[in-house]
Amino acid sequence: MPPAPEPSGRSGGSQAPGVRPALALRGLAKRFGDRIAVNGIDLDVPTGSFYGLVGPNGAGKTTTLSMATGLLRPDYGQIWVHGVDVWRAPLEAKKLMGILPDGVRLFDRLTGEQLVTYAGLLRGMDREEVAVRVSDLLEALDLVEDAGTLVVDYSAGMTKKIALASALVHAPRLLVLDEPFESVDPVSAANIRDILATYASGGGTVIVSSHVMDLVQRMCDHVAVIAAGTVLAAGTVDDVRGDATLEDRFVELVGGRNPGAGLAWLRTS
Amino acid sequence: MVAHLLKLKLLLLRNSLRRSTWQLVGVILGALYGLGLLGMIVAGLIALGALDLELMRTVVVLGGSAAVLGWVVIPLVASGVDMTLDPARFVTFTIPLRQLMTGLTLSGVIGIPGAVTLIAFLALTLTWIRYPIAALAAAICAVCAVLLCVAGSRLVTTAGTALASFRRFRDVSSMVAIIPLVLLGPIFAGVTAGFRNSPEFAGELANILAWTPLGVFVAIPADLAAGDGLTALARLGIGLGAIAGVTYLWHASLSHALVTPPYNAVSRKPGGNVGLFARVPATPAGAVAARALTYWVRDPRYAASILVVPLLPILLWFISGDSGGFFLLNYLGPVTAFLLAWSISADISYDNTAFWMHLSAGVSGRADRAGRAAALLVFAVPVVLVFTIAPLWLSGSLADLPMMLGLAVGTLLTGTGFASVVSARYTYNVPLPGESPFKTPPGTGFSMLAIQGIGWVVLMVLLAPEVGLAIAYLATGSTVFGWLTLCAGVVVGTAVFYGGIRIGGAWYDKRGPELLEAVAVNK
Repeated sequence: MPPAPEPSGRSGGSQAPGVRPALALRGLAKRFGDRIAVNGIDLDVPTGSFYGLVGPNGAGKTTTLSMATGLLRPDYGQIWVHGVDVWRAPLEAKKLMGILPDGVRLFDRLTGEQLVTYAGLLRGMDREEVAVRVSDLLEALDLVEDAGTLVVDYSAGMTKKIALASALVHAPRLLVLDEPFESVDPVSAANIRDILATYASGGGTVIVSSHVMDLVQRMCDHVAVIAAGTVLAAGTVDDVRGDATLEDRFVELVGGRNPGAGLAWLRTS
Repeated sequence: MVAHLLKLKLLLLRNSLRRSTWQLVGVILGALYGLGLLGMIVAGLIALGALDLELMRTVVVLGGSAAVLGWVVIPLVASGVDMTLDPARFVTFTIPLRQLMTGLTLSGVIGIPGAVTLIAFLALTLTWIRYPIAALAAAICAVCAVLLCVAGSRLVTTAGTALASFRRFRDVSSMVAIIPLVLLGPIFAGVTAGFRNSPEFAGELANILAWTPLGVFVAIPADLAAGDGLTALARLGIGLGAIAGVTYLWHASLSHALVTPPYNAVSRKPGGNVGLFARVPATPAGAVAARALTYWVRDPRYAASILVVPLLPILLWFISGDSGGFFLLNYLGPVTAFLLAWSISADISYDNTAFWMHLSAGVSGRADRAGRAAALLVFAVPVVLVFTIAPLWLSGSLADLPMMLGLAVGTLLTGTGFASVVSARYTYNVPLPGESPFKTPPGTGFSMLAIQGIGWVVLMVLLAPEVGLAIAYLATGSTVFGWLTLCAGVVVGTAVFYGGIRIGGAWYDKRGPELLEAVAVNK
């Protein structure tokens, strides 16, 4: 097993040299048929950071995160979580991670409470510990009233929340959340942000993918902009956005705006 | 607009074939099967034309009625057979109702079942070729009958949509629907026996059906062939009235459905009860077992299999009743053991992408395999024991018990062990979570048949010791062989069970991400 890389400094210099990043990607690439989804990504996510991953639809965010979390085997490249190679020592690496994938099913014939309990027991935690954490999580995510309802009957936002609870139950050191705020109501979203902020300030690392720039600018301290399977910019949010807003900077990097090409016929008056 | 709907249906059909080569292979095989069936029906119908008028009429009316009935009943049984053009999806478009209905009707004829029905009905023209007027009428009646079929099935689907939006209704109806399907053999046999015992019965039944919407359109050419124009006219009135009535009802329910969005009323339930998760050992394997057992009860795709178990004695009793001596019923235990063991051979395919949770939690392959197998054995062992002992006891052949027990236990353990390997290695398209247990995604047939067929052969080889000793026992009648079968069943069964968990677990550990990728294709 080759030694885990030192931080490359690419994600901003807030870290003391020599500290291993929470997540390190080197030369990550994946191809589906003749479409290259991820085209050589290098990225360091410093420990304790709140890291935003932004990019247009189809940029390769979900593919990258799937490979980083051990769900999708990369064609090339390596991934370390706190210095543990995800694809050489998967069991060890997976213990460190809690993940919320996007666009997958849950075991939705379980009740919400059962699902989170299941996630805890699958990780080999003992029953009492799981029970305490499950009730704390349900409380924190405002799901107590629906804890006994089958997940299949949950709304989209509630489903996101119960999946988040399942990702948190084993107190991971790194949280990887793919589109965690999609269809979550504003109050729940604020609660989730608080939980995540507390978690990050306590030494945990959070990676969220999103395409809501405002949210990332407000919530994250680091950000990486991904398009067409490559990293266009990465670093602290302030470094990446400079004087502009993150949204403007994002559009500038990614391109694709067509100013002035209005739909003239859409005027109703 | 009508053309748009037809184009949409064809496009959906074509795109569904593009997703994988194996699906295409499956569809082609399905089409060949359909063509073969159709060829036989057409040949039969032509041959029928040589028979005497009364017999022709009886056969045609019974067959035609069955076809119409099938169109109306099958959507009820297999909810969501063809929801590709679900009316609920057109709610937001302002399509004039009349055009929507025309489009939906015509699109119902596109697709294998519609085409087969239309051609089979048109083939009636050839049946009546000796009577030119009847043949001409048969062609027109064929179109009318197909219209009635499609409109009737659309009416049933539309009316069912409102109910089907309640998950609980969907779950229960899709489970209960399996009962008549399993008992199809006995039901058919009962009807056949009725015909055999009284030859007039078929004629009388046809006479009645010929006056109902089910049979009118096929009966009209028969009337004309017999020169009874007045009766034909009366039947035509009934038939056209039925089409008008069904269309009116469909119109009404469709216009209601279009303004009533489906709404699933769910009562909120607080937690406090994690069910089986509180009772299993607090280990990953225990958790997997609790989850699997919960699914055996709550997921219709699994629960349907459980529902079949109590029907198995009836089925075997019926099959062996034909050959006399209820010989097969004695083998209820081994047969049940085989079916139950094999039912977990597609477990990961059934999980679909929810499988990511096992993968991300780093569940070891052995824990996953053992948990699923344990969940099955918890209820399969008592069921198989009862099903092995009870028939022998009832038929007074308890002397065979050691042999039969060896066969049953061996099949259950060996089958479960082997299925644990198969499901860790092979996936195929199965009904998705939440779908009806009967829904077969297009193109399932081939890869499933290949895996299952080869799987069964391998399983038979693995079972060779038990089967060989059982045959020796039956041939010689020596009790030694009976007890040897029991020993073989327990020893070989346990060995294969453990081996299966280990080999399946090793495969699972090695190919976890590939398994997830494979099941994600079917979504």
